Amino acid sequence: MITITHYLVLSAILFTVGVIGVLIRRNAIIIFMCIELMLNAVNLSFVACAHYLNSMQGQLFVFFTMTVAAAEAAVGLAIIVAVFRNKETVNIDDINIMKW
Amino acid sequence: MDSRKGELIRITTLLVSIVVFVLSLPLYFNFNAHAYEMQFVEKLPWIPSFGIHYHVGIDGISLFLILLTTFLMPVSILASWHITKHIKEYMIAMLVLETGMVGVFASLDLFLFYVYWELMLIPMYLLIGIWGGPRRIYAAVKFFIYTMTGSVFMLLAIIALYFLNHRATGEYTFNLLEFYRLELSFAVQFWLFLAFAFAFAIKVPMFPFHTWLPDAHVEAPTAGSVILAGVLLKMGTYGFVRFCLPLFPEASHVFIPVISWMAIVGIIYGALVSMVQDDLKKLVAYSSVSHLGFVMLGIFAFNIQGIEGGITQMINHGLSTGALFLVVGMLYERRHTRMIADFGGLTKRMPVFATLFLIITLSSIGLPGLNGFVGEFLILLGAFRSRILYASIATSGIILAAVYMLWMFQRVMFHEIIHEENKTLKDVSKREFAILIPLIMIIFWIGIYPNPFLRKMDASVNHLLKQTGEKAQTVSNLQTQNTAVIPKIDIVSETKAEW
Amino acid sequence: MLDLVALILLFPLIGTAVNGLAGKRMRKETVGYIACGAIGLSFLVSILVFCGLLLLPPEGRLFEKHLFVWIESGSFRSLAALQVDPLSTVMILTVSGVGFLIHVYSIGYMHHDKGYHRYFCYLNLFTFSMLLLVLSNNFLLMFIGWEAVGLCSYLLIGFWFEKKSASNAAKKAFVVNRVGDFGFALGVMLIFLIFHSIDFTEVFSAASHGNFETGNFAITMITLLLFMGATGKSAQIPLYTWLPDAMEGPTPVSALIHAATMVTAGVYMIARCNVLYMLSPFTMTVVASIGAATALFAASIGLVQNDIKRVLAYSTISQLGYMFLACGVGAFTAGVFHLMTHAFFKALLFLGAGSVIHALSGEQDIRKMGALKSHIPTTYKTFLVGTIAIAGIPPFAGFFSKDEILLEAFVRGNFIYWSIGAIAALFTAFYMFRLLFMTFYGESRVDHHTMEHLHESPGNMTLPLIALAGLSFVGGFLGIPGASAINHFLSPVFGGHTHAEIAGTELAGHSGHHGAWLPYLMMVVSTAIAIAGIFLAYQMYIKKPDLPKKLTDRFRFIHKLLLNKYYVDEIYDALFVNPTKKISVKILWKGVDVRIIDGSVNGIARLVGGLSNVLRLLQTGYIRNYAFYIVVGCIFIVVLAVFGK
Repeated sequence: MITITHYLVLSAILFTVGVIGVLIRRNAIIIFMCIELMLNAVNLSFVACAHYLNSMQGQLFVFFTMTVAAAEAAVGLAIIVAVFRNKETVNIDDINIMKW
Repeated sequence: MDSRKGELIRITTLLVSIVVFVLSLPLYFNFNAHAYEMQFVEKLPWIPSFGIHYHVGIDGISLFLILLTTFLMPVSILASWHITKHIKEYMIAMLVLETGMVGVFASLDLFLFYVYWELMLIPMYLLIGIWGGPRRIYAAVKFFIYTMTGSVFMLLAIIALYFLNHRATGEYTFNLLEFYRLELSFAVQFWLFLAFAFAFAIKVPMFPFHTWLPDAHVEAPTAGSVILAGVLLKMGTYGFVRFCLPLFPEASHVFIPVISWMAIVGIIYGALVSMVQDDLKKLVAYSSVSHLGFVMLGIFAFNIQGIEGGITQMINHGLSTGALFLVVGMLYERRHTRMIADFGGLTKRMPVFATLFLIITLSSIGLPGLNGFVGEFLILLGAFRSRILYASIATSGIILAAVYMLWMFQRVMFHEIIHEENKTLKDVSKREFAILIPLIMIIFWIGIYPNPFLRKMDASVNHLLKQTGEKAQTVSNLQTQNTAVIPKIDIVSETKAEW
Repeated sequence: MLDLVALILLFPLIGTAVNGLAGKRMRKETVGYIACGAIGLSFLVSILVFCGLLLLPPEGRLFEKHLFVWIESGSFRSLAALQVDPLSTVMILTVSGVGFLIHVYSIGYMHHDKGYHRYFCYLNLFTFSMLLLVLSNNFLLMFIGWEAVGLCSYLLIGFWFEKKSASNAAKKAFVVNRVGDFGFALGVMLIFLIFHSIDFTEVFSAASHGNFETGNFAITMITLLLFMGATGKSAQIPLYTWLPDAMEGPTPVSALIHAATMVTAGVYMIARCNVLYMLSPFTMTVVASIGAATALFAASIGLVQNDIKRVLAYSTISQLGYMFLACGVGAFTAGVFHLMTHAFFKALLFLGAGSVIHALSGEQDIRKMGALKSHIPTTYKTFLVGTIAIAGIPPFAGFFSKDEILLEAFVRGNFIYWSIGAIAALFTAFYMFRLLFMTFYGESRVDHHTMEHLHESPGNMTLPLIALAGLSFVGGFLGIPGASAINHFLSPVFGGHTHAEIAGTELAGHSGHHGAWLPYLMMVVSTAIAIAGIFLAYQMYIKKPDLPKKLTDRFRFIHKLLLNKYYVDEIYDALFVNPTKKISVKILWKGVDVRIIDGSVNGIARLVGGLSNVLRLLQTGYIRNYAFYIVVGCIFIVVLAVFGK
């Protein structure tokens, strides 16, 4: 029997993978994918909880998250492309112009 | 920008400011001198859910300050005719400044007041920072941060009042007139008074919070200095009259010695430091510290002569110090220096200018028959009635005023001309004449026949005294209890319930 | 007729306005006529007012003309209202009369000056202010006049503003006067505090109706503060130093402002407040002592001065001292009487000196004069009249007034006052005749070039001299002991205190132990003193011209001390002026302001800046680091949420 706990553990693992990926990888695209991973980990929890609680709200939220993630993917990838055009790299160690 | 467009901008701004002045005149003529209530009141909801209203109105105290503002504005715009850099932005800043200043004097809603208070800070900051002298950035930032520091405490106090009022009446409002009815405990008054007084003392500026003033004045363009000295400083003193005294009467009474001594030190100190300046603008700036000291002394005399004198002196200072800055500006335009040592003997080349300058100087000294005397004498009389010692020390300020002003005048206007550049100076132009003459006429008017002005203040000042007096009836025993010990009850616990 | 009193002020004011605004574009003659005409009309109206006052019964000689409310605030009220009573009438007649003559004289004297219209504008303004001072009916309005005459004095001393000494002197005059005004202003405030009014009539009637016992502390303070104002305006110790310097102004100005009128304002003020002063014996002692001390002190300086105008300036200070001595012993009539006669003969002397200076193309040093008697005869004759008058030889004006003061000092005061006054009188006679002899007699020490231009002054200068000489001669008869017209006229103002005692005949009954012969003895003694002074001067400067040199060598120290005016200016500089400047620059400005206050302000700014610099290191610009902080933060919050409780 797969209980809610399994889902949540999986979600936590996925989320942690995402976080670690964001923290240690240098390629912007991979970091970006890791962020998506984190979002989807949360989505998983939402769905699991919705099922568990017999509530549609969690499902609803997932759709929101997915919409936001899609928008974010569009904007984020565009930024990365723009940065790559200027800097010819997507290595974030080389992109530290946010510091004044 | 081509010059025709610039000219158009100047003339438009001038016309706008003149129209504003003309529109403000009915305030004076239709003002009912027998009523102490706010007049010409307008109250419209702004953010009703927080109880914030666009609530304006004037009484005999703010009336003259508004008139002073609208009067000085065309004068300053005329005095900025030579500005060529970013002229559009300059004029916009001036007009925004005017909005802010009139708003501060007219607001009866503390939230609105605070908005205006901060609003006028920005254009002034820009005026100094963009159109100022060589050290303009330093001066502008110093001005801004000094004032901001004070304002933050005031904002806190305003919010505290908001919640205290809610606790007392169950109503959320920023209405000043409602706040007047609050019965605050002494401890609350003490801290709130401190917060307000800190903001206003910086603005006045009272010794020892005055050091932004010389820098700001020296760097600001002429019109900026005129507005700064003429109106902005009055916001501090006005704040004391409008907020500190009626809202926190008992605390105000307790603070009489502190404020009075600060004022007295300011009078003497400002005069002495002014005496030894070699920069004309700095000299006038420090003289403002001295003059505003008189105003504060008058206000904290807590009697009708003192407060009426204080208000008169606010106007007088606006006129004569404003005029002094204009005069210095005229010299600066000709010679591009403000150092006293670079002048000397100008009377010979500029006789008309010399006459006008002398009248303004004398008005600043407080010569009887000119405006300065009326205010100063009433202040000293009021102070004398409440505390003889204070008045006696402060009166010595009139000696020092003569010393520093006349010494300055002598070094600038008398003697032989020693600098070659000064031999070709031109006397006042028609524009400059038109700038100074209205000021001088009012200087004479207030000096010779001040009674119409004073009568319009009577009702409001009497009411103010009644407010402070009635609410502070218990002050005598409070004073004995609290002068030594700073009250321990803090504002947080008083208002905690609201959060 | 009394209603016309406002016109007395109006005419000079119109003159000021016309000459000030349009004088530059008018012809010189017109400017002069307008100015003189204004004062002349003022004088005529003053005579009318005087006649109007005479028509009233003596007790009812008080008329007030209400113009408008000047300042009103709460219970404080100062009217712009004029008051005509015998005292102010004497003053307006003196001021406008002598003023008129000096205006006429100025037409000639200032003829070549570029600032002609400016000069007359100021002079008219001065006359206006002085008349306002004496006509006002309350203390604050009087204070306008009081300060305004100071302003005119400032403007006129600094008339030749290119000269550094002139503008310095002008500033000094104003500032020193301000020191006095400080006292005056406080006095007025204290009056308001005590009497709840600053109206002369109200204050004095309240004071004279026995509400205050003699020696009342408040009254003593009031009178002392007012007297402080008087020492400034009337150049008494310790505030007299401005007057000698004030001689930098044009000579007619010295005559009008610094001899005849403005400097007597202090005496007028004390006479006006006689009711208050009589209530305070302590103040009276102070007034008398300072007056006596000044009389002697200034006279001693006058002995050795070489500038013709400075001698007269010190003489003025000394004579003012006499007036204060008179007031201080309660002889207000004598003080006012001397004020009037002094206005005549001192104006005459100054104008005469001006005529001499004019003749010598600006030379003021009496060591470079001599033997001018035959060259400028009219000036000489009138100057002689003035000198005799001030020396106190009967029947010239100075004799009567000075004699009366000495008599009063003896009778009401004490022997010390009298002897100081007598010594000062001796000095006066001596230095005035020294001046006369050195200027008009002996050998000519005028340099050749100046000699060629030597000329008698034109008619518009000599006529006022003659008129003043006439007044200096007959002026004294107004106050002949026993039948004193001025005493009688002023008695309503000075009340019962004085009028019974002043006339010599009545004196016997009042202070029996002196006897009726005393006034006559006094007359003889004071005449003898004057003659002794003249004789000394004659011996030293005519008979044995080398004697002064020997004496100088012998008493070098004293001579130097006197020549340098006891170094008072230097002492004041060292005590007040320089330390103030130094403290202001070094301690207050550079120390407190720049270092302490601004230092701490900038210090706080720097501290914040420094801290920010440290915090800034966290801002690496690497997103990874920021993400890491976020994660650490999240973990921290989660841990706190789970294990915090």
